[in-house]
Amino acid sequence: MSERAIGFQYATVAQQREASTLGMWAFLATEVLFFGALIAAYLNYRIWLGDEFIAAASLTKVALGTANTAVLLTSSACMAMAVMTFEAGSKRAPVLWLTATALLGLAFVVIKASEWWLDYQEHLIPALNFDLARHGGVAEIFFVFYFCATGLHALHLLIGISIVAWLATAIGRGRIVPGGSTTRLVGLYWHFVDVVWIFLFPLIYLAGRNG
Amino acid sequence: MHGFPWWPATASAYAGTIDFLFGSLLVVAALTSGLVFFLLLFFANKYRHGSNADRSGAIRKTWRFEVAWTAATLLVFVGMAVWGSTIYLRLYNPPADALQIFIVGKQWMWKAQHPGGQREINELHVPVGQDVRLVMASQDVIHSFFVPALRIKQDVVPGRYETMWFRADKVGRYHLFCAEYCGTDHAHMGGWLTVMNPRDFANWLEDQGGQTTLAAQGEELFRRYGCSGCHESGGTVRAPHLEGVFGSPVPLSDGSVVIADERYVRDSILNPKGQVAAGYAPVMPTFAGQVSEDDLAKLVAYIESIGPERSGS
Amino acid sequence: MHAPHDETYLNARVGIRSWLLTTDHKRIALLYFAGITFFFFIGGIAATLIRLELITPGPTLGSPDFYNRLFTMHGIVMVWFFLIPSIPTTMGNFILPMMIGARDLAFPRLNLLSWYFYIAGGLITIAALLLGGIDTGWTFYEPYSTFYATGYLILAVFGIFVSGFSSILTGLNFIVTVHKLRAPGMTWYRLPVFVWSTYATSLILILATPVLAMTLLMLLAERVLHVGLFSPQLGGDPILFQHMFWFYSHPAVYIMILPSMGVISEIVPVFARKPLFGYKFVVWCSIAIAAIGFLVWGHHMFVAGQSLYASLAFSFLSYLVAVPSAIKVFNWTATLHEGWIRFDAPMLYAFGFIGLFTIGGLTGLFLAALPIDVHVTDTYFIVAHFHYIMVGGAVMGFFAGLHYWWPKITGRLYPDYWARFAAILAFFGFNLTFFPQFILGYLGMPRRYQSYPPEFQIWHVLSSAGASILAFGYALPLFYFAWSILRGSRASANPWGATGLEWSTRSPPPPENFAATPTVVRAPYQYDQGKPCMQAGDV
Ligand code: HEA
Ligand code: HEA
Ligand code: HEC
Ligand code: CUA
Ligand SMILES: [Cu+2]
Repeated sequence: MSERAIGFQYATVAQQREASTLGMWAFLATEVLFFGALIAAYLNYRIWLGDEFIAAASLTKVALGTANTAVLLTSSACMAMAVMTFEAGSKRAPVLWLTATALLGLAFVVIKASEWWLDYQEHLIPALNFDLARHGGVAEIFFVFYFCATGLHALHLLIGISIVAWLATAIGRGRIVPGGSTTRLVGLYWHFVDVVWIFLFPLIYLAGRNG
Repeated sequence: MHGFPWWPATASAYAGTIDFLFGSLLVVAALTSGLVFFLLLFFANKYRHGSNADRSGAIRKTWRFEVAWTAATLLVFVGMAVWGSTIYLRLYNPPADALQIFIVGKQWMWKAQHPGGQREINELHVPVGQDVRLVMASQDVIHSFFVPALRIKQDVVPGRYETMWFRADKVGRYHLFCAEYCGTDHAHMGGWLTVMNPRDFANWLEDQGGQTTLAAQGEELFRRYGCSGCHESGGTVRAPHLEGVFGSPVPLSDGSVVIADERYVRDSILNPKGQVAAGYAPVMPTFAGQVSEDDLAKLVAYIESIGPERSGS
Repeated sequence: MHAPHDETYLNARVGIRSWLLTTDHKRIALLYFAGITFFFFIGGIAATLIRLELITPGPTLGSPDFYNRLFTMHGIVMVWFFLIPSIPTTMGNFILPMMIGARDLAFPRLNLLSWYFYIAGGLITIAALLLGGIDTGWTFYEPYSTFYATGYLILAVFGIFVSGFSSILTGLNFIVTVHKLRAPGMTWYRLPVFVWSTYATSLILILATPVLAMTLLMLLAERVLHVGLFSPQLGGDPILFQHMFWFYSHPAVYIMILPSMGVISEIVPVFARKPLFGYKFVVWCSIAIAAIGFLVWGHHMFVAGQSLYASLAFSFLSYLVAVPSAIKVFNWTATLHEGWIRFDAPMLYAFGFIGLFTIGGLTGLFLAALPIDVHVTDTYFIVAHFHYIMVGGAVMGFFAGLHYWWPKITGRLYPDYWARFAAILAFFGFNLTFFPQFILGYLGMPRRYQSYPPEFQIWHVLSSAGASILAFGYALPLFYFAWSILRGSRASANPWGATGLEWSTRSPPPPENFAATPTVVRAPYQYDQGKPCMQAGDV
């Protein structure tokens, strides 16, 4: 699929570009409500179960979480660089920046996975090995949310990594050239996944730690 | 078949209030829809294609009409909302000296426990002219306690107490249904509410045999489950005395203050860590999964009976 | 590059592949039509069995479990696989791009993908229902669903989840199309009302459906993994489930009614040969309904144990959301004033819609009154309320639109006599079916009951009698539409004398809709002495 070709339903390239941008924003609005529903449910329990619920948050690995926040923010910066250099017309630079983005994304997933591994060893995984006697039922609910939220986020990130990898190859092979909107749309998606994390991080990791 | 029943039995003054509201809404609805339907048909006939009605007065400026009927509709609607709400508030203000009956719903039956210890299933006997307050729990899924003749219903959600009150004014037998879908025999989860003369009711209570009262049964359980070990003088653990707790404000360790009602007592037993009384260590073990809903009702009735308000009952 | 004059979207390409891989919005609309009809049939068969079962107070056809599976399947299929997709995916897909002078939707391949999501989701759910069905009701209340329900719940819920992607992608497609693909001169206030209502519907589709998706995922997680989310047995909060479910499902009822309102707003001016009264008000009412509709979900939970203040607020907001609907009814009525009214089949369906929707809506006001709802919630009063709106309103609107655009879609006319007869039959059958249910409900007959006290029987018998008439009313179109395709005479480009762009191109339209992109020169629904003034300048 070459980017230049314009769909027969469009009159101009600009129209096509605007349409896909708006489409991406509409999609992100959907995503906001998808994660929003989960976060609302989480807040419901946080208010209802109070201190006991928040206390469970101290069992999360805040160091790894913070590291991951940094990794993801850096990746977003790389993504922004990729878009900028791409639109400035260079070809090598965006490929490099995109590679960096994807690698940082992978790093995030690796760190996340090791965090889950630690959780596993501490018997914190509901439905798998949660130790009720040690941690209590309220903590279990917290960890259900923890795994739902971080799991869905990681899934989005994996999709993002594949898209970024695809994009890097496509630009490298010259199949995508400036003027289209693909690169910017991928960027938007990446930043969105990043923003989701920015919301999850304080909710999950920092919640029970101000004491 | 039984003819064409068109109005439900009415067993309380409250039911009459609802009927009046319902009737008034019917009138408003009939008037407005009547007007709309009349205009539809009237225009449809008068301005049918081929009629030579005068069409020179077609309305060009529409906004006057829009503003007018928007305002009128809004006004009527706000009126309805306010009227409905004021009646609804009544359901949330139970009288203080109501007869209290514990109800437990489970797939697929309603169990009732009277203060005197009498129990019944899929039946509920109450005296006429007396306020009755139901404290309801579910053992499994959501059920809904529904007596059409009283025009009230309340979902019973597992894991917590729900309450509801009424005052039946007319002796008789009335349908009792489960109105929230709860599985296979949902349609058979129900029976009768029997409203009796006070004297008949007293006789009926007698006939159920001489059980000990609910509170007394609760007191026994209070010992059997080991509550008394902590909560009575001489216990090994420092725990609050429960005399006079019920119905009074309890300061909690997180600084808030709650009124100790049925819900609070129930939560204290099943989830003691959720609300820790101020000044005590959170050492009370949870009894979740060990005390059945029936027994919970008894324990609550006992603690209620040693509260300041109800110490006489 | 002009197509030969007899080339239409139907005969431009042939073969099964040309259909299953098509990206033409008109063909995709027909694919959807096939699916919608199929699911309406399945839901209708379940409805027929429900009405048969309820003729006697005791069990008639089978066990209680059988009955519970019936109404669950009926509700699920009718809501998610018939009514929610019905008008948007068929008429929206087919007509909306033409109405705004576009050659297709913004993302044609996404459109095809939506259809596959819809069919896949539908087949998965049907498979679950065939394997033995599920017995939760369409609302999946917790904790019943996770730990007490039997059957292939996981499969059925997964099917609904999958079809949700279809909703989201369709809504997204419409939004972008309306924003970006309008023909020159097609300003926002020149858009036909159908476009506006589909637009409002799309907003709900993309904003509410993801909440349902998350809710269903959580439900699945709890049922499969036994982790506590909603079940009190595991420390969860069952009321939270209801909040999340209705946060989607109340807006969803406006997904069902807004498109129908759009169809009626098209038909009434055309057959009254007059501009729509209060166009801007009608338009903004659609948006208002979509917006306020997100704030009223709690009116389904007045006796569920939510807080008193929540109930008071939700009651008030429910009245607020009803105001724009009322304004629409008044505007349709006023449109008739000093018109040249014709009574072709689409107009009869439109009349049916207005009447039945008004009754359904007014009973909604009864429900919004708190103490009345306490008495009638979970009784047949509710069943009657929503069938009046969804069957009397939305389905009537669906049929109205179908009859209105049929000549455009197929290029054939149908026998108007039979169509009018069917409309009238359905109207009477409908009232006989569902009016008795209001009485039943106020008498206290709970819903989802296979057995009931014998004194209620007479009303159930009347209702079942009505349902059989209604079934005929719905079956008749199958026959004359089939006849129309085989034998019907050819339709001209604009058989009704309407003004919209879709009527200025051939019937059936050529693959690219318009020979040349039309230029729009005026607002919709303009008539001069009963003669249409087309919106397109160059026709
Ligand atoms: C298409 C579907 C649809 C639509 C559009 C509506 C529209 C409305 N609904 Fe309905 N509803 C359902 C489908 C729908 N509903 C379903 C499926 C359920 C049950 C789900 C289940 O439990 O399974 C339900 C349940 C339901 C309940 C909960 C009942 C319960 O379970 O206890 C309530 C309560 O407030 C309610 C209210 C309303 C209101 C106020 C409107 C308003 O939007 C109506 C507005 C319209 C009008 C008001 C009519 C026109 C007005 C006039 C002509 C004005 C003149 C009038 C005056 C000036 C008085 N509905
Ligand atoms: C879009 C929605 C929609 C539609 C169109 C319908 C259509 C109908 N519904 Fe439905 N109904 C619901 C949505 C809908 N329903 C929902 C959401 C519930 C709640 C479920 C729950 O509680 O979980 C419900 C519940 C419900 C009940 C209550 C069950 C209970 O609580 O115990 C009843 C009972 O009468 C009923 C009846 C009917 C009838 C007679 C029709 C008729 O209008 C159907 C007519 C259609 C046909 C018959 C098919 C078309 C006919 C042909 C193609 C001709 C050939 C067929 C024959 C000759 C038989 N429905
Ligand atoms: C191991 C000791 C222990 C046992 C056994 C015990 N409790 Fe408690 N209970 C406590 C302590 C300590 C508190 C105060 C801290 C708190 O609120 O959790 C308490 C608080 C309560 C309260 C709240 C009182 C208030 O003032 O707010 C109630 C009601 C109660 N218990 C009832 C019971 C019942 C009924 C049982 C038996 C089924 C029981 N307890 C068994 C130690 C115990
Ligand atoms: Cu219990 Cu229905
Ligand atoms: Cu609603």
